[in-house]
Amino acid sequence: MIYVEDKNLVIPGQILADDEYYPGRGTFKEDGKICSSLIGLVSLRNKKIRVIPLKSKYVPKKGDVVIGKINDVRFSMWDVDINSPYSGILPAFEVFGRDKKELNKVYDVGDVLFLRVIDVDEVKKAKLGLKGRGLGKFKGGIIVEISPTKVPRLIGKKGSMINMIKNKTNCKIVVGQNGLVWVKGNEDMEQLTREIIRTIEVEAHTSGLTNKIKNKLCLAIDGELPAEETEEEFVLEKPKLQNFKEELEQEEKAEAEAKLKAEQEENEAEDETEGAEVEAEDEKETEDKPNFYAVIEELKKKNQNKKDKNLSYSDNSKNNSFILNNR
Amino acid sequence: MSEMIREDGRKYNELRPIKIEAGVLERADGSAYLEVGGNKILVAVYGPRESYIRRLLEPNTGVIRCRYNMAPFSVDDRKRPGPDRRSSEISKITADALRPALMLENYPRSMVDIYIEVIEAEGGTRCAGITAASVALVDAGVPMKDIVVGCAAGKVNDQVVLDLSEVEDKEGQADVPIAIMPRTGEITLLQSDGDLTEEEFQQAIDLAMEGCMKVSELQKEALMKKYSTE
Repeated sequence: MIYVEDKNLVIPGQILADDEYYPGRGTFKEDGKICSSLIGLVSLRNKKIRVIPLKSKYVPKKGDVVIGKINDVRFSMWDVDINSPYSGILPAFEVFGRDKKELNKVYDVGDVLFLRVIDVDEVKKAKLGLKGRGLGKFKGGIIVEISPTKVPRLIGKKGSMINMIKNKTNCKIVVGQNGLVWVKGNEDMEQLTREIIRTIEVEAHTSGLTNKIKNKLCLAIDGELPAEETEEEFVLEKPKLQNFKEELEQEEKAEAEAKLKAEQEENEAEDETEGAEVEAEDEKETEDKPNFYAVIEELKKKNQNKKDKNLSYSDNSKNNSFILNNR
Repeated sequence: MSEMIREDGRKYNELRPIKIEAGVLERADGSAYLEVGGNKILVAVYGPRESYIRRLLEPNTGVIRCRYNMAPFSVDDRKRPGPDRRSSEISKITADALRPALMLENYPRSMVDIYIEVIEAEGGTRCAGITAASVALVDAGVPMKDIVVGCAAGKVNDQVVLDLSEVEDKEGQADVPIAIMPRTGEITLLQSDGDLTEEEFQQAIDLAMEGCMKVSELQKEALMKKYSTE
């Protein structure tokens, strides 16, 4: 006997089902009844009941990738704040191997790093490492905090959500499983991305969120560079072009100057019609360092060919190879 | 006899009007605001989080710490700010009343902090504090077996009544605040102040239990209201 439906909102102590179901995460069994222990949404799969929490704290798990801030530099390790009840440690060994160097010259208090949890002991202390593709220190950018339970929602199915935001805002985004998100790009875009991420967090449990966010993004960005009107322009411009061509045909034997002018105009018109979408991107690219964007662009292409299972990882490789290049 | 109307116009088994709101504070992990009659209480919950007070932490489970504080302007005569005998006691019994409901086994060596601020007091603040604190704990996403709820019963003019107001508390003959886990009916707090016969005591507990169940519904409503519409 079950008392709730999939995706229902439940509160702690609420009876979810009788004995024949299996208690999953966020539930417990008492007197032959399965009860919720959290405020969250029910997830039902093959007679297994789970409750996905609305809010939670990050508990380190082996193999997770997290974003952490250096809290303290000690004799042979760094203390790292990983947005969790448990602090992480980054042993010097993990960074230099057997070499001995001064720790605070490499990473100092306040630096933000992208790390992997290599081990968690009985008291949940997380040992962190930097070995792996794309792990390292972030330069610039902003950090946005969300609830760790909303991380999968932010990434979306096969990274659909996060890739959409990246493409639209032209920001580089790295999501840590501890609920910290690193964003770097144009300053306005950073702020916009921050707002978008906040919206996702608040509305994480509503359906059709990807489309909603898409609309919001379009509205916000096209407010600055009117790209949504391009469709109309497209329709309007095309007949003009034809006109030009017709005129050209008619005035085949016209003066050379007039011909040149017409050609110039034609070129302009073509430029306009081709590139509603490209236009926006091009403008931004020229604003920033072109060199660095070329690198990113290349990596983007590479990445598109690959189909990593976890897209948050593939993102990282992109960003971090950039970091490595900068070094 | 039992149909007698009380000083403030309530029946013997009637609660004061209650308003509960969850998630009112931005910076706290969880929070709740509660009004019962003339009481106004704000609760903030932080954690589970790392604590620098190492000696308080347990290696196999998380711990909770509670602070009950009355604002100097919360009562008619200005209350001297800072902890005193009474607030230390209430802090302790609140933590003890909430503890059995919490499931902190997954958060060893961590601490949950609960701050109960009484902005206005009008009798029954400890029960109101417990009620609000458990809503704030749920809001913070702390795993719990049940939402603890507190309610008091007492004896006024030789009559067992529910939810004493400040006047009834001062002039009455007895006060029995209790806290329960409503699903199982387990009692997590039971205090008794004043003179009651065995029979009256039993009546008081039954009445308070009944009151708790009513308040519990309001707690659930408040939580559902906060999160279902979004």
